[in-house]
Amino acid sequence: MDILWAQSAPLTAREVGRLIEDRDLAPTTVMTVLDRLSRKGFLNRTRDGRAWRYRPAASRDAYVAELMLEALDMTGDRDAALTRFAQAVSGSEAEILRRALTELEDN
Amino acid sequence: MIAAAVLAALAAACVLAAEGLTHAKWTWHAPRTAILLWQSVGVTWGLATTGALLAYALEPYGRGVVHGLVSLLTGFGYGVGDPRDMVRLLALAAGLMLLALLVALPLVAGARTLRARRRHRELLSLIARDEPAVPGVRVVDFPGAAAYCLPGLRSQVVISNGTLRLLSPDELDAVLAHESAHVRERHDLVLLPFAALRRALPWSKLIRDAQLSVELLIEMAADDRARRRCSPRRLATALLRFGAASTLPAPEGALGALGAPGGLGLPGASAGANVMARVNRLVRPETTIPAPHRFFILAGSAVLTASAPLLWLIPG
Repeated sequence: MDILWAQSAPLTAREVGRLIEDRDLAPTTVMTVLDRLSRKGFLNRTRDGRAWRYRPAASRDAYVAELMLEALDMTGDRDAALTRFAQAVSGSEAEILRRALTELEDN
Repeated sequence: MIAAAVLAALAAACVLAAEGLTHAKWTWHAPRTAILLWQSVGVTWGLATTGALLAYALEPYGRGVVHGLVSLLTGFGYGVGDPRDMVRLLALAAGLMLLALLVALPLVAGARTLRARRRHRELLSLIARDEPAVPGVRVVDFPGAAAYCLPGLRSQVVISNGTLRLLSPDELDAVLAHESAHVRERHDLVLLPFAALRRALPWSKLIRDAQLSVELLIEMAADDRARRRCSPRRLATALLRFGAASTLPAPEGALGALGAPGGLGLPGASAGANVMARVNRLVRPETTIPAPHRFFILAGSAVLTASAPLLWLIPG
């Protein structure tokens, strides 16, 4: 995935295999992984002759954003999908917390 | 008639008890006991409400709710004779529908949660990396503070890069101890029915308050478990640092484009107060509820939980 994210143009399985550092990886393994990723919707693929060319469906940042929106409980969804350490607080409350923190660290 | 009346009274008592529990502060001194009490109040409320309707509807059989239902299904002896039977029929329909709803809601919510988690897990496997400094924890490159656990058969604890920078090693240990407490005690399963009910009845203030109370109690229970393995003071400073930092707008990355955290209408009105309540518990010398009291509460919830099923069996 990182390799595809780093490239601007869509790649074939063979090209991805060449860019992977681990040379022992069988080409079929690369193809299987790419196939699975595209079936899950993480990659888009287009026919190019006899091979498929793969392109990420969304940028890495978009996925990070999706994860972190859920992590920070900002999706508006109140399902108990995750358990968070602490919820986000409002600006004025943060000030109170900061003051409490300095007090706690001083003594 | 007696069973129906008692069940109705029990349902009303559960609502009153829930109302009381949302305002109670003693629960903070014994979060685990309080969670159990919440669960038994919730289950009893469901069984008592449906039971009251069904007991009234099935009264002609004179055999109680459970056996009455069996007779109804096998015999079809339910005719509409006089106008009173119409009311009974309505009660029967309402009772059966409510019962089906109370069973289906958590199942649907569970399925939706599982789907959301699978998606989250897949994304994590693409994006998250392992950090040698914190073995067994997935790290996401994100500048803001985030630490959470993705529950499941193979639970994962996830923290952001920002968290790594924000907290000292001791504090990070405390956070991880807290998260692994969630994992071990499967707190997500405790929350599931309350979240499902809230989703189904979003306008009910009581259900919303109930869910928020249980959420806070679960955090406190995890804090209690974490403090056995790390310094409570470090957990407290981690909480404060974390709470104060999570409002800062993300300086870079895609989140900034979607709006700074805290800028959206977060349920943040009491979030700060909740953090302070947890910090105070950790810093102040422990005030626990004496064992006899706790035992009394536990026995009470056991009796409460048993009462509704028993009333379902009582004829008349």
